[in-house]
Formats: sequence, C-alpha cells, structure tokens
Amino acid sequence: MEIIDNLALGFSIALTPYTLMLSIIGCFLGTIIGALPGLGPSNGVAILIPITFTLGLDATAALVLMTSVYYGAMYGGRISSILLNIPGDEPALMTTLDGYPMAKNGKAGDALVLSGVASFVGAFLATIGLMLLAPLLARVAYVFGPAEYFALYLLAFMTLGGMSSNNQAKSALAACIGLGISMVGVDNSSGMSRFTGGSLHLMDGVDFLVAIVGLFAISEVFFFIESHGKSSSIGTKLGKVRIPWQAIFETKWTMLRSSLLGFIAGILPGAGASLGSFLAYMTEKAIAGEKGKFGTGVPKGIAAPEAGNNAAAGGALVPMLTLGIPGSGTTAVLLALLMTLNITPGPTLFTDKPEVVWGLIASLLIANFVLLLMNVPMVKVFVRILQVPAWVLLPGVTMVSFVGIYSLSSSYFDLLLMVGFGVLGFVLRKLDVPTVPVILGILLGGNMEDALRRAMVISDGDISYLFSSPISIGLWVMAIAGFVAPMFLREILKKPQRVPD
Amino acid sequence: MASDRVFGLVVLMVALAYIASATQIQTSFLSDPVGSKAFPIIIGSVAALCGLILIIRPDPDPSWPAKRTLMALMIAVVVLIAYAYLLKPLGFIIPTALTAAILSYQISPKIRPAAFAGVSLSVGLFVLFKFALGLGLVAFPKGIID
Repeated sequence: MEIIDNLALGFSIALTPYTLMLSIIGCFLGTIIGALPGLGPSNGVAILIPITFTLGLDATAALVLMTSVYYGAMYGGRISSILLNIPGDEPALMTTLDGYPMAKNGKAGDALVLSGVASFVGAFLATIGLMLLAPLLARVAYVFGPAEYFALYLLAFMTLGGMSSNNQAKSALAACIGLGISMVGVDNSSGMSRFTGGSLHLMDGVDFLVAIVGLFAISEVFFFIESHGKSSSIGTKLGKVRIPWQAIFETKWTMLRSSLLGFIAGILPGAGASLGSFLAYMTEKAIAGEKGKFGTGVPKGIAAPEAGNNAAAGGALVPMLTLGIPGSGTTAVLLALLMTLNITPGPTLFTDKPEVVWGLIASLLIANFVLLLMNVPMVKVFVRILQVPAWVLLPGVTMVSFVGIYSLSSSYFDLLLMVGFGVLGFVLRKLDVPTVPVILGILLGGNMEDALRRAMVISDGDISYLFSSPISIGLWVMAIAGFVAPMFLREILKKPQRVPD
Repeated sequence: MASDRVFGLVVLMVALAYIASATQIQTSFLSDPVGSKAFPIIIGSVAALCGLILIIRPDPDPSWPAKRTLMALMIAVVVLIAYAYLLKPLGFIIPTALTAAILSYQISPKIRPAAFAGVSLSVGLFVLFKFALGLGLVAFPKGIID
C-alpha cells in the first residue's frame, strides 16, 4: 500500500516534538485569528508569512505552522459568525444565517460546539480525500504541457470571478490588474525590464507578499476607520458549554453530504470555500424544505455550511499542491507561502519532495484533532479574545504587517507600496471589485505568460496549438462556461444577505 | 452610477497607457514568437474592454464615507506613509507608538485609550519581535543611547 507508506513517512516528520509544537501553536494562533472580527484566514495567514520567513524556519516546519494557522482560522471563523454575526471571512457568511439566530435563542454554546464538530468532520474527510485524490491528479498533471497549463490558468481566473463579484466585468478587471502588476520587472525570457519606469526598486518586480498584506490587511484597517469600529460588541450571552449530543447525531447525514459537496467545490480551481459553504447550505435547505425552518437557528443550518466550508478548505489544497492553482483567497496566500519557501507546487512536488507533501498531510490530520480538542473545551477562552476592542486590534494588525514586510527587505519602498495596495484594496472593495483575482494575477501572471510563450515556441507561433489536445479543449470549454454561466445564474446564485439584528 | 463610470474611465486611461508603454518595451536579439510585448498588450486590451463595459453599464453607487470619515482616512494614509519613511531613521519604538496611537484615535476618538494602545502596542510588539522571535529591530535611533 503506497498510501500507508507515504503516510508513515508523513507522520515520521509531523510527529516529532518540534513539529507537533509548531502545529499546536499554529492551531491556537489560527483559531484566534479566525475568531477576531476583521481578521480572517487570508489576511491572518498573510501577515504571518513574512514573519515566519524571517524566523528562518525550514520549509516543512514553516508549512506545518502556516497550514495549522490556516485550518485553525477556518475553525475560528465560526466563533465571530455565531456570536457577533460578523463573518471572519467570505465563506463564514453562510454560518451566520443560522448560527447567529441560534445564539440569540440562548443556545450559543450548542451552536459553537456543533459547528466545531461539523468543522472537524468536514476538514477530516477532506484531508482523507486530499490523500487519495492528490497523488492521482499529480499523475494526470504529468501529461500537462504549456498549452494545458495556459488553459488551466485561464480557467482559474474565469471561474474565480463567478462567485466573488456580482459583475463579471469587474472580476475580469481584477484579474487584469493582478496580471498587469505581475508584468512589472525584468522579463524572464529576454532579460529586459518592463514597466519599471526606470525605478531600480521595481526591477525585481512587485513582491506578492507586499501586495497580499496591503490588499488584505491594510485595507481592512481602512474599513474599520470608516465604520469607526462599530458593530463589534457581543449581543449574545454564552452560558455553560455542554456537548449537544442529540444535535450532533441528528445532523450526521447533513455533515457527510455537506463535506462531499464542499470538497468537490474546493477542488474546482478558482471556486473555493465560498462556493463550498454556499452549495452545502443551499442543498440542505432544499432537502429540508419549508419544514426545515432554515434561517431560524436550526442545527442543520449550522452543520451544513461549517462542514462544507472546512471540506472546501481541504479540497482547495488539491489543485494548489498538484497544479499550483489555488482555489480560494486563502489557498492563494498559501501558494505565496510555498513560493516564498522556494517550493514549486505541481506534479513534480509529489515525486521530488514527498516529505513536504506527506508531512503536510500528516500535520493536517494532527491539526484537525488538536483543533477539535482545543475548540470544544476551550471555546470560552477564544470568546474572551473576541472582546479585544477594534481600537487596539487594528493598529496592532497594521504594526505587525509593517514589521513583517520591513523585516523582509528593510526597504521603505516596500512599505510605501504596501500602503498603496491598502488604498487600492479599499477602493476596489468599495466598488465591489474582488481582490482575490488581483492576488492570483500577481502570483500566477509570470507562469501564465511563460506557459503561453513556451507553447508558442513549441508550435512555432501557431495559435491553434493552444486548442490541440482534448484536455486543453476541455479546459477552455470549462473556462468559458465558468465565466458565462454566472451571468445567467445570477438570480439563482444570489447570495443570501446577512441576518439583520 | 457615477462612481463606476469614473472608475471605468480611469481604468480605460490606465489600460491605454499600459498598452502604449508595452509597445515601447525593448526587445532583445533573443526573441520567441510571442515576445515580451504580446502578453501585456493582451492584458491591457482586456482591461480596457472591462473599463468600457463599466462606463456603459455601471452598477449602483456604493455608499462613500462622509467628509469627516474621508478626512480620517486621509490622515491614516498620510501617517502610514510617514511611518514607512521614519521607521528606519527613528528606530521602532517612537514612530510605532505615534502611528498606532493615531490609527487607534481614528477608529475610536478617545485620547487616553488611544495613547494607551499606542504605547502598549509599540513596547509589547517590540519585546515580542525582538526577544521572543529574534527579529533584528532597532529600538531607538542610533546615538541616543549608545
């Protein structure tokens, strides 16, 4: 059994006391980051990357730490969704729909424990799925040539827009902004500089970490200044926390179905966790029908999106590890982490660096159990952290971002660039232009252009080569369908709005 | 309506400028069928098209902040820019305390809590980064203490 051998290798790395400690620290930090309103998985992981990098951890250790933070933030996101009605990030929005009403009905403790268990089921099943599916996909990805990769990148950009904005022109524009920025600097193939305007600072291009921290973390600070830190008081009371066995038992099929749906949604390049929790909630709502009373605080309404969301987080790792294509904002940030550590995701990762892949998978399994243990009995500790006022938290986030970016390059120019990206992020988000495609564009732009150019070198400039294999035709069709379909499905896919207080 | 139109126009202008500067990219003797110009030009064209679509079919306006809030945002941006320049020459503690306090004041306009947030964040983070995580930060400008 290959998988058993691989897992044994993984656990031999992940179970060393040092890695285990990193995993526990990561889970703890992650849950806090997820729970704090204004910090979600993407910006939380983003501000920690530069610091992890400067700490000089080796690749496996850094990866274990950050993926634990990632999974932890996915768990933690539910706490602010349920207690404050503020989703920590996009996918957690669906959890507020039933979680907040349930908390207002005086069952906040039940809601937190149930959602913790649902998160565990979703994340655990998805990690198993990742173990089974990723090696298979890695084998398929071996036959991908530059033409297929170009189509795949296109697919990621086209489908990412479908869920992240209500206007396809805006999501396409967001991707163009990112791609455009990625062109700045020295051209790999010709060695000539592009779009630097003669500035030496720009010769190396725009560091994607600077862009990520600016767009995700600094822009959040501006949003808090705009709202003057309002809407962060706990309107619900958390009594004694018990384990609601009955509710957990009742929702077992919901959790399983939602995990499967979430996992599939997570695998689709570009679709990601938001789609996972959305589909899971909507499916369960349809199955339960009118009598299900979804939206009034029913257990199934909490279990479905949480299982779906966490399963999608695991599923999103499949295309990220095997193809180098992230499925969501947070996986884009994780891809940035891999690139910072000089690990190139892709099919070769599984053969060249099995210790990284399987160490990561094993530590995800461990992180899951740690998180379940941490989140059920210690939920009160995390709830206390929610009471950190915005006027301490947000300046703190800014300072951590500055120190992180500053310690990378010690240059004031990167800091200025980061503030610039913060302003850009604020304006874009105000105008309903999604920021995730911008990040994806900056991350993948160089590779996308390389793929196109290599394809054209192979075919000697014949454009039809891009559509010459069945795989690439399939990817092009999916890409176009993924871009066009949301225009017609807009009414059906309309996102439910937040529950009013 | 208006904001999307203005935004679309800005996008269109920037995209055209981007395409124009892409045509000026120097090519080297090592060239491939695509070259260094084609991909940026494609991106610029798609962006220009998106800008046009925004001008023709704008979305409803978002709610822009009121003048006072806009001022607060401007102050925050200016302070952050100043912080970026001062971090190296003035050391970590003083600029950080000032910046954190001003940001805190912009979020919640109370002087005492803001001053408290500034000082405690600055000192707390310095201790955390310098001693717990071992990052090479400088507390004060050189020449004051040593």
